[in-house]
Amino acid sequence: MLTLGLPSKGRLQQDAVDRFAAAGVRVERSPEGREYAGHVSGLPDAGLALLSAGEIPRALAEGAIHVGVTGEDLIREHIPDAETRIALPLRLGFGRADLIVAVPAFWVDVETMHDLDEAAAAFRARHGRPMRVATKYHALTRRFFAQAGVADYRLVDSQGATEATPKNRAAELIVDITSSGETLRANHLRVLEDGLILRSEAMLCVSRAAPWGPAARRALAELGHRLGFDGEGIALGG
Amino acid sequence: MAADRAYLAGGRVGPARAALAALTARMMARFEAAGAQRVDPAALHQADVLLDVYGEDLRGRAFIVEQPGAGPLFLRPDFTLPVLQLHRAARAEPARYCYLGPVWRRQPGAQNGRPTEFLQAGVEVYGEDAAEADAEVFALMRDALAEGGVTAPEVVTGDLGVAIAVLEAVAMAPARRAALRRHFWRPVRFQALLRRYAGPAPAPSPLRRALLEAASAGGVPALAEGAGGVVGARDLADVAARAQALAEDAAAAPVAAEDARLIDAALAVEGPADAAHARLAELAKAGGVDIAPALERFARRLDALARRGVEAGALPFRAATARTLEYYDGFVFEMAAPGRPDLPPLAAGGRYDGIAAALGGPPAPAVGAMVRPEALLAAGGLADASAPEAAAC
Repeated sequence: MLTLGLPSKGRLQQDAVDRFAAAGVRVERSPEGREYAGHVSGLPDAGLALLSAGEIPRALAEGAIHVGVTGEDLIREHIPDAETRIALPLRLGFGRADLIVAVPAFWVDVETMHDLDEAAAAFRARHGRPMRVATKYHALTRRFFAQAGVADYRLVDSQGATEATPKNRAAELIVDITSSGETLRANHLRVLEDGLILRSEAMLCVSRAAPWGPAARRALAELGHRLGFDGEGIALGG
Repeated sequence: MAADRAYLAGGRVGPARAALAALTARMMARFEAAGAQRVDPAALHQADVLLDVYGEDLRGRAFIVEQPGAGPLFLRPDFTLPVLQLHRAARAEPARYCYLGPVWRRQPGAQNGRPTEFLQAGVEVYGEDAAEADAEVFALMRDALAEGGVTAPEVVTGDLGVAIAVLEAVAMAPARRAALRRHFWRPVRFQALLRRYAGPAPAPSPLRRALLEAASAGGVPALAEGAGGVVGARDLADVAARAQALAEDAAAAPVAAEDARLIDAALAVEGPADAAHARLAELAKAGGVDIAPALERFARRLDALARRGVEAGALPFRAATARTLEYYDGFVFEMAAPGRPDLPPLAAGGRYDGIAAALGGPPAPAVGAMVRPEALLAAGGLADASAPEAAAC
């Protein structure tokens, strides 16, 4: 049996359900309503698990689900060396969002990551503490800032309304996802020229660690056939 | 397995444990005989202090534990800062310490095979003559490895102080020198900055041109306020100050191409220590820079090593050794087990005079080094041989 993990709510869930339906795979929640379960028809031997989008990467890495749909940003943030544990055979084209570095727009002296590094050094010298970066993407931010050679900053965890943190004096700049940029502008923020960390979208993800019996492999091959990826060519574990 | 330690199968019980205990006891006795006072730093440390010194990257390397209602705490990833903090609290004289205990490191990726917990035994010497202290710490590590049966380790040495001295000696704008100094331990960024300072100035963006014009006319605050609402702790004065710095940088003469090459060349020197010293002296002379104090320290260190029975002139030297380990700013060395690429360096250490400044305070001479006893026992193959001796204790 193949377990398909989908986000438990929201736009991402609806887009995924629509995409599967268009390929002849119907995903239905239990009629009982509140239960986070359901069934999959149109695919042999497949069951449904509804999880928070943020938990799907770990469920895939640990092999608790065989196939899942979630944003690439969440996979890259939560799973180091993601490709060793999860195959990503299909970009789904919805759930698009850019993970970006944004600073207050009035920082007319800061256009690039190079500027940000110099500004961070000066800030620390003048204010006696490092500049704070609000984000929920800690690992991706650390990696990107290290590659850009930015030192002298401190991460501040922000799980929501991150764009408001400079105004609230909880941080000096942010790393967050944006789709249209409207919320950034409304909060007086501007994306750095070379501040694009990741162009994210929803991905179809296949766990290499899940228990891949013959029935699950057949279901994966069929799913690949329907959605248009090579399900048999993926290197799977046990 | 529950009984396994880093690099040492079954090292938590029975003969292997006894052999490890005997080895560490011999090493610690050597360190104490050299006048080092034994200390037991805490395992848990305030996150703020460590983050101030090591930066955010530490979060990727060290484990954090949460104490509800208080700030996060780090499990110590090494002993350098914990021992220095103890020294600042205790101010023992002479200021030399030794320690033994586990350190903990996150190993993201999990498949890289590196341990998340392993032992370190080491010494730290504060103050004292730098050349003598460097040589003494090196000799102590050599002797500690011999206790584990590794008498001919593969050694590599370096001296980041020489390259830093070159950087301090060549002509360039002070702000640029400070930026290079700050990024010395990030080679990619360092190179990018050096190329930028030595090359022609890049064509400014329209916004940058407007900013530079505003800077000369006192119009930066107006320009900034026109670009967006003023939010956050970084204020208009910060923006104006950086605009001023940008204007000064735009007017600065480029770093001479030969000076940039000299910095690169000093960092690329490799060879036996005496030949490396000669080469560095030659480079400095040809480049017209005075780095005599750094070269003299290097030479005095070689003398001090020779007096401790080290074939100092033949020691392999690579100028950029340990360059990515932030805070080393002088002598550095590593000792590895021959033919064991599966093991990490058995001993490593170096000078980090600048770390005291990072803690707030004037720079203070400091050198330290550590042995990995588990890896040493695995390399020396003494896990079985020394078991009877340990059992007799």
